Amino acid sequence: AMAARGVPAEACVGQLVLPGDVLLLPAHPDEDSERLRLGAGAARRGRLLCGPGLRRSGAGLMATKCGLLRHRPAGGGGGGAFWVDSQQKRYVPVKGDHVIGIVTAKTGDLFKVDVGGSELASLSYLAFEGATKRNRPNVQVGDLIYGQFLVANKDMEPELVCIDSSGRASGMGIIGQDGFLFKVSLGLIRKLLAPKCEIIQELSQLYPFELVLGMNGRIWVKAKTVQQTLIIVNILEACEYMTAEQRKEALAKLSGT
Amino acid sequence: FMQRSLDSQTKKQLEEEEKKIISEEHWYLDLPDLKEKESFIIEERSFMPCEDLLYGRMSFKGFNPEIEKLMVQMNSKSKKEEIEVDDKMEADVSDEEMARRYETLVGTIGKKFLKKRDQRVLQDEDEDENSNTRPSKAKKMFLKPQD
Repeated sequence: AMAARGVPAEACVGQLVLPGDVLLLPAHPDEDSERLRLGAGAARRGRLLCGPGLRRSGAGLMATKCGLLRHRPAGGGGGGAFWVDSQQKRYVPVKGDHVIGIVTAKTGDLFKVDVGGSELASLSYLAFEGATKRNRPNVQVGDLIYGQFLVANKDMEPELVCIDSSGRASGMGIIGQDGFLFKVSLGLIRKLLAPKCEIIQELSQLYPFELVLGMNGRIWVKAKTVQQTLIIVNILEACEYMTAEQRKEALAKLSGT
Repeated sequence: FMQRSLDSQTKKQLEEEEKKIISEEHWYLDLPDLKEKESFIIEERSFMPCEDLLYGRMSFKGFNPEIEKLMVQMNSKSKKEEIEVDDKMEADVSDEEMARRYETLVGTIGKKFLKKRDQRVLQDEDEDENSNTRPSKAKKMFLKPQD
């Protein structure tokens, strides 16, 4: 329908939205008539971030995914933000995301990396810290790579790099030997990467281990023994469906034994 | 076309003629210009800025000390950006001192790139300023030892 019937966005926060739902943003002064006052108004409001699952539609937002609407009020780092917290297992490459990829082919100067998306991403041999034409990185087929997307849109092949904008690796590159790689849903990854994640805090009390979380749903774990590694893997996989109490029970049993 | 030596005037004339030809052939819409609305909504497809997610590599209980150092560094980056803005105000050297320093610095570095002749001229100028002009030193020659 052409009529812009919608619900005010702030009323829907925390509720289910379906694709096609129009969300109205709080009314702002009409730009044409009150151009002089824009200075004061714009500074106060800041810029609104329209996150994943939402699109601009006229003066409001339209949901394109089904899920719960989330809101972050303005202040601190950036302006306010709205996004849809949806669940999916299939990853779609997004620029700037850090992901774990598996090298599947090595063709001359380029590596083909499987990131779990619809196509293989390309990774140049020069996109590593300290790599030059003479000094090539030692990457073999089957290696695990932690990198970020330089280019990722629906029209082009995604490109990965293992350095940041200043040329430093900052943790990216080939992930070492041993360890275990497994896949979880994208929602769980976001939950684990949230600032104060209880699961991670509880696991870190158990025993020393190393963890790499890729935004494409892949997790790599390495602990001192195979048994410890598998325990962590099982807990993380089960976290998807366990409640907090069940998880705490399981961990208590483990630290008891 | 490549014409190397053209006066700037003739160049301008040629450019204008080209533009005229183009604008007659150019198709344009007869619609009124759409006013570009100041868009204050930014579309973002990544979850990182929305939810302030942490860095993906983690290590616990000293399993990988480099990663643990990295964790501290990356996760405090978001807070560091706010502090950086304040640091700019403090400076070790005051602005006046900087200005004085630069005044003399430019002169001394500039002298380095002067050709020998110019250096000599400079030196003579400096000497002329003083009331007492020292006689220029004779070039040091090898003195044969006298038996």
